[in-house]
Amino acid sequence: MADDGSAGAKSNLTASGEELLNYYQDMLLIRRFEERAGQLYGMGHIGGFCHLYIGQEAVVVGMEAIKREGDQVITGYRDHGHMLACGMDPKGVMAELTGRRDGYSKGKGGSMHMFSAEEKFYGGHGIVGAQVPLGAGLALANKYRGDSHVSFTYFGDGASNQGQIFEAMNMAKLWKLPVVFVIENNQYAMGTAVQRAHAETHLYRRGASFGIPGFEVDGMDVVAVREAGREAAERARSGEGPTVLEMKTYRYRGHSMSDPAKYRTRDEVDQVKEQSDPIEKCKQRILEGGHADEAQLKAIDKKVKAVVKEAADFSLASPEPDPSELYTDVLAD
Amino acid sequence: MPTPILMPALSPTMEEGTLAKWLVKPGDQIEAGQTLAEIETDKATMEVEAVDEGTIAKLLIPEGTEQVQVNAPIALLLVEGEDESALEGYEIDSATPADSAPAKGESTTQTVAPAAPTASSQMMDDPEIPPGMNMVETHLRDALRDAMAEEMRRDEAVFVMGEEVAQYQGAYKVTRGLLEEFGDRRVIDTPITEYGFAGIGTGAAFAGLRPVVEFMTWNFAMQAIDHIINSAAKTRYMSGGQMACPIVFRGPNGAASRVGAQHSQDYASWYAHVPGLTVIAPYSVADAKGLLKAAIRSPNPVVFLEHELLYGDVGEVPEGQDFVLPIGKAKTVRSGEDVTIASYSRGVQFALSAADILAEQDISAEVVDLRTLRPLDVETVVQSVKKTNRLVTVEEGWQHMGVGAELGWQVTQHGFDYLDAPPLRVTQEDVPLPYAANLEAMSLPNADKVVAAVKRVLYLD
Repeated sequence: MADDGSAGAKSNLTASGEELLNYYQDMLLIRRFEERAGQLYGMGHIGGFCHLYIGQEAVVVGMEAIKREGDQVITGYRDHGHMLACGMDPKGVMAELTGRRDGYSKGKGGSMHMFSAEEKFYGGHGIVGAQVPLGAGLALANKYRGDSHVSFTYFGDGASNQGQIFEAMNMAKLWKLPVVFVIENNQYAMGTAVQRAHAETHLYRRGASFGIPGFEVDGMDVVAVREAGREAAERARSGEGPTVLEMKTYRYRGHSMSDPAKYRTRDEVDQVKEQSDPIEKCKQRILEGGHADEAQLKAIDKKVKAVVKEAADFSLASPEPDPSELYTDVLAD
Repeated sequence: MPTPILMPALSPTMEEGTLAKWLVKPGDQIEAGQTLAEIETDKATMEVEAVDEGTIAKLLIPEGTEQVQVNAPIALLLVEGEDESALEGYEIDSATPADSAPAKGESTTQTVAPAAPTASSQMMDDPEIPPGMNMVETHLRDALRDAMAEEMRRDEAVFVMGEEVAQYQGAYKVTRGLLEEFGDRRVIDTPITEYGFAGIGTGAAFAGLRPVVEFMTWNFAMQAIDHIINSAAKTRYMSGGQMACPIVFRGPNGAASRVGAQHSQDYASWYAHVPGLTVIAPYSVADAKGLLKAAIRSPNPVVFLEHELLYGDVGEVPEGQDFVLPIGKAKTVRSGEDVTIASYSRGVQFALSAADILAEQDISAEVVDLRTLRPLDVETVVQSVKKTNRLVTVEEGWQHMGVGAELGWQVTQHGFDYLDAPPLRVTQEDVPLPYAANLEAMSLPNADKVVAAVKRVLYLD
């Protein structure tokens, strides 16, 4: 099971019309949000590093579909999509990107460092791979308390080479921690293609030496993601410990806003967009299944655009943090 | 000539032990590698194995004898060709080790640094300890254990994790007995994987638990420093106050004895540099307990720096659950008029020893135990300097950018008009710690170095 790499219940790649429409809307929200963030970055309203999630939307939306109340999410620096999928308010996320007081971290975290205690989103971590032991630690807390919550711990193909990933996987399996390791393999670690950095390019095998089952998943298919995630989460909840899911996905934009992405061809990117776009794929399913018509989908587009516009306006209207905030939140009193 | 069998040192820091049990008797033929006796230290029971083969001629130390010095002859062995006539005229001078080389674990530091001060009359009464409180003599390592055990009884969210903390009972026996009382859910043996388990502990703290993460030594925490700083110390701020990280990272810090450069480093100034961390480095047994309890109750990440060479210290600790000391308060442990000596952890031992020596020369030194390095109780040091007008700092870390650098600057800033001499620092020499006993002793601070520095700030040298 652990080594064939076949994703979970492939036979059950079906979803109801309502589900598909929800996924469509959630993925579209991420895409439009990220496009707007890119635009605001270009206009100088967002500073520093800004890593866009465009192209990878099906991963977080599919996983979110099987999350239960109390489950935790933690990821690296490419985190906007995860936060929106978690149900965090786009206004608060965008206001953090613009460094304003109504941002999730009061403007003190920025793109890579956002959290929501309410939505159990534990960041937003800028050190590549650091979120993996942290995510295993969230799972340890779940097991310690004896609840049935699962920690969904996301990281990229680049992070999957960090030593601490293997340290965390070893302990997660040893202690049967309820964690799902979601590797978002978008093919490039900054400018380095997977085959240039990984002696073993099948990343679902990253946990093999610890006996962790691993599966390759079409990360551009939201329903395939959901079904693989469902099995992994069940494994975690039933006390069997971690699973590695390698989500084969693709980022359309550069690593960060300042990356011209010269390490791959225009053709390659266009081909993925044309043939594998997760939102298009979902849209086709909706139309083919007769769950909605073009006009209804347009209405969703319009709704999403309005949400994003509201978030952008809010993020620019929100004042900068009060100078007194410089010294707060360093320590608890 | 019979061959003496010597009391062995069973750890780098062992100086004496109890000869618990003889497993051989006179007349027994023994082979190399055979177990001869059991020896108890304050940490463990160990077996003594024969190096040479021969016949046991005489047991010099009866079983049950306590405080047998390392390298003292404990038995006599007759080797091939010898019989009991070899014993005639043979005298044991127990005061002189049979081997002229220094005992393992005994550095020449001891010839220059007087023994730790023991007379409690030198120590000031501790206002934090209510009068009439019942005091119990405790080893420092057990005081730390008691602190953890009490907090684990008090709060279900407190748990201990680290290498060898459970079944092995702690590499330095600080967690002795915790597994038996609390079970393996709350006393967790980790693989040798510092980066990983520091991260897992930090994640568990994000989720609301209160982990006590033991590093076998702080030297190994270099593998984990990213999580201590980037994950534990910064997340509250980066989250705008949404996230908390109530975690304690603890373990022995500084130089032990003859363990070389990679196992002998004082990280006080490293961690004290970082906003978001609390850094505690106690000296006394009572402080070790009261401050570790405070650290575990703290809502913030705490770096708790212990010292291997203090683990065996015995001191009086107030009895009962509720002895919790305030974090961030220095303590004047000896009152004086002529100079302020400020230090922390084992440096306080050097400072107190130096104060004894200076007292014999009519120089009155005040000793301030900083106890916490972040936040740093500058006020107590400055008030002391306002009285004495002179400052000497003592630390096992390197001088460059060290704790003494910060203290000297703070006192200059806040007490410039009171200083009659530039502050001086006693630190480790600016080299990786050498292994050779003489070089190691030269490199580390000691009481004589403190005495010399005091005389310089008094312009007596």
